[in-house]
Amino acid sequence: MASRGIRDRVAIVGMGCTPFGELWDKSVDDLLTDATVECVDSAGISLDDVDAFWLGTMGSGLSGLTLSRPLKIDYKPVTHVENFCATGSEAYRNACYAVASGAYDLAMAVGVEKLKDSGYSGLTGIRQVGDGTLAGLSSPAAFSFLVPAYAHKYGVDPDELKSVLTRIAWKNHRNGAVNPRAQFRKEVSMEKIASSPLVAGELGVFDCSGVSDGAAAVVVCRAEDAHRYTDTPLYVKGLSLVAGPAAGIIDPDYDYTSFEEVVRSAADAYHQAGITDPRAQLAMAEVHDCFTPTELVLMEDLGFAERGTAWKEVMAGTFDRDGELPVNPDGGLKSFGHPIGASGLRMLFECWLQLRGKAPPERQIAGVGEGGRTLGLTHNLGGGPGECVSFVGVVGSQLSD
Amino acid sequence: MSGGIVSWGVYLPYWRLERAAIGAAFGTATARGTRAVASYDEDTTTLGVEAGRRALSIAGVPVPEDLFFSTPAPAYLDKTNATTIHAALGLPPGAGAYDLCGSVRSAWATMSLTALSGERRPSMAVISDLRTGLPGGAEESQGGDGAVAFVFAPEGGVAEVKGHASVTDEFLERWRIPGETASRQWEDRFGEEVYLPAARAAFTAALQNAGLTIDDVDHLVVAGLHARAVGSLRKSLGVPSDRVAPDHVARIGNLGAAQAGVGLADVLERGSPGQVVVVLELADGADAVVLRTTPALAAVQEERRKAGSIDVAALAGQGRADLPYAVFLTWRGHLRREPPRRPDPERPDAPAMRRNESWKFGFVASRCVACGFVHLPPTRVCLSCRAVDRMEPLRLADVRGTVATYTVDRLAFSLSPPMVGAVIDFDGGGRYRGEMTDVDPGTVSIGTRVEMTFRRLYTAEGVHNYFWKARPLSDGGGATDEDAGSVDAGGTERG
Repeated sequence: MASRGIRDRVAIVGMGCTPFGELWDKSVDDLLTDATVECVDSAGISLDDVDAFWLGTMGSGLSGLTLSRPLKIDYKPVTHVENFCATGSEAYRNACYAVASGAYDLAMAVGVEKLKDSGYSGLTGIRQVGDGTLAGLSSPAAFSFLVPAYAHKYGVDPDELKSVLTRIAWKNHRNGAVNPRAQFRKEVSMEKIASSPLVAGELGVFDCSGVSDGAAAVVVCRAEDAHRYTDTPLYVKGLSLVAGPAAGIIDPDYDYTSFEEVVRSAADAYHQAGITDPRAQLAMAEVHDCFTPTELVLMEDLGFAERGTAWKEVMAGTFDRDGELPVNPDGGLKSFGHPIGASGLRMLFECWLQLRGKAPPERQIAGVGEGGRTLGLTHNLGGGPGECVSFVGVVGSQLSD
Repeated sequence: MSGGIVSWGVYLPYWRLERAAIGAAFGTATARGTRAVASYDEDTTTLGVEAGRRALSIAGVPVPEDLFFSTPAPAYLDKTNATTIHAALGLPPGAGAYDLCGSVRSAWATMSLTALSGERRPSMAVISDLRTGLPGGAEESQGGDGAVAFVFAPEGGVAEVKGHASVTDEFLERWRIPGETASRQWEDRFGEEVYLPAARAAFTAALQNAGLTIDDVDHLVVAGLHARAVGSLRKSLGVPSDRVAPDHVARIGNLGAAQAGVGLADVLERGSPGQVVVVLELADGADAVVLRTTPALAAVQEERRKAGSIDVAALAGQGRADLPYAVFLTWRGHLRREPPRRPDPERPDAPAMRRNESWKFGFVASRCVACGFVHLPPTRVCLSCRAVDRMEPLRLADVRGTVATYTVDRLAFSLSPPMVGAVIDFDGGGRYRGEMTDVDPGTVSIGTRVEMTFRRLYTAEGVHNYFWKARPLSDGGGATDEDAGSVDAGGTERG
């Protein structure tokens, strides 16, 4: 058994990402077209140059036809993948392996989701009724289980913890406010966040990610070919995806203050990428802040903070855009929005901008690039506490030695 | 020793409606007291399951080999409701389960039939009622919801039947066309005119049949939905008032088909061996039975005390009475409340329910025989040691647990939002994530002690989706309870 990784064997040479939001005037076909056209344009290629496609969507279409039909793809392999909210990252991971294997020269991963057409509040899953015994809890409820458990374990006063969660939302809204592609481009005061109507447990409306439409795409090639397409590629350093045995929801030893799947996928990705001290080595991280307590717990699971201390680090501003380790500088799921299949690729898009120094000056992270920090992390999670899939990826602007 | 009733159980729901709340809503005179209210997730089947569980929770009660269920408000027609109760109680497949549903009087027949069956093999009667009426009417205000169960067996009966009598009369006093939400009644005075002589005749004939006189009667239970006739008979039959069993209508309302049984249960809980009990029920005529309690009664009462069983008198005094009238109306379908902006729930699949019958209806988990790890729902591969197909069934329906973490879900579909979700760790092993019910969301915390209760989650496309929820222990439940109850063996048949 081994997870050897493909460090520096694959390069990202082009990306595209639509604005996310309530895009009433855009269809799934429109979103796919917008993202893929921007992607191939940025790589200086045409869609015809791409040899194989991976399409990630959870509920906005079935089969490769969802992509090949609107883009008129000429008899090429298009694979539809689904892995809950980690769907976009899963499409990307498979495209990377396709070029690393040598089977194809150029592969594209596209993620899309159109959530707003449903007319419902929050996410709606696919039909999974069966014997009717599955608890009908909503997603925010499943993640809100983290809050009393975390407060209980670490002796954090519930009001203090509410302030911590509020600050996470405040930070991500602040980051999104200066990002023209984000769904919510407005700073929101802590008072307004803290007093927003409750959705589940301690989580108010502002503790939840944006329900939105959007698409994002990436094109990858073998690292040695990267400079044919761009002077500033990103290199794939690590890719790890794990599906847990869903232990937490049936094992009394699980205490709802961690995602074991994240711990495992992070360890694997760090090993592949040669990362030993993520907080010191990473320039930035895009993490799966579907709900504010998720981001809190992820800071510990990803090794950015010691167990039981992330709440203090949040309050100290460690993860602000100008902090020691910027987390979700693009606004995250919270403010950029969360069209399921697109989110993993949207995270990668922020690395694409920031690590190459191509983010707009008003939101470019300082000290990135040659001589500074060169690595970025994306973390994508599907499911909930106790039963989830987790993806951790690391990319960098420089080849390792 | 003689046969007869060997155990009983009474279930009254958690909720009470203040009658004053009805008058306040309509701006009319307000009645006093409260009525018992089945929650939004209860029906006559689930009420019956809870009564049945109580009857079977007493040590030494034999596993019933026949189950007879009666209610005037069945959850299903055509399909047997008793089979749901049978499954939820974990009775063996070889035990029969039959409905005698429709009229209030069916309950009497159910008791008679179960008593007869019990002479040959352990048998159970479950009688359940959920009294609805049109908003503002007497039925709504004075009715009550609840259930009672009796186990009969060939040995160890706590009361012998000494005599009985029936008077049958075809007359239109109370009726309901199937599908209607409320009964209709003829003028009150007419019913009284017909009931009084019928009831007196049945009462007198039953005592004669038993070779006893009014002076021998230690306890008299008079039951029936015609309140005026019942009230009159309680005073006028010649039995001293201190020997007339209380009806608790002021606190819980008239339980309809279940009222006579609950009255008998109350007498058995308070009575002593060697006493004469008369139960008289008014329903399309009158039925009377004369019983004499046996020496076995004292031992059964002692076992009930040991099991922590709560008597009818105490149950009637419990309950949470801050139920808003508008919520009550919503639960009973009289008020159509704006639903959450979420998809409607979908009906469960019959083959999946059949495959998972012991889990869905019996709350039977699987325990790894190799390492002991408990899995909810049951699985084939052990989480702890990865052994495959080395599981034994383990019924957890009667095992208590502790809240590990919790939430109040204001987004999820619920017939009575918000939904309270909790992660429950069971005493002796096993974790389950599900819904709580009969709970004040503000009082749940990590460490809250809970027990399981059988409920109807929702109804979709004409299918009732039954499953188990957790509810806080009414007694606080400090002690852990490793003993899963007396019907484990039966519950494991299809694990």
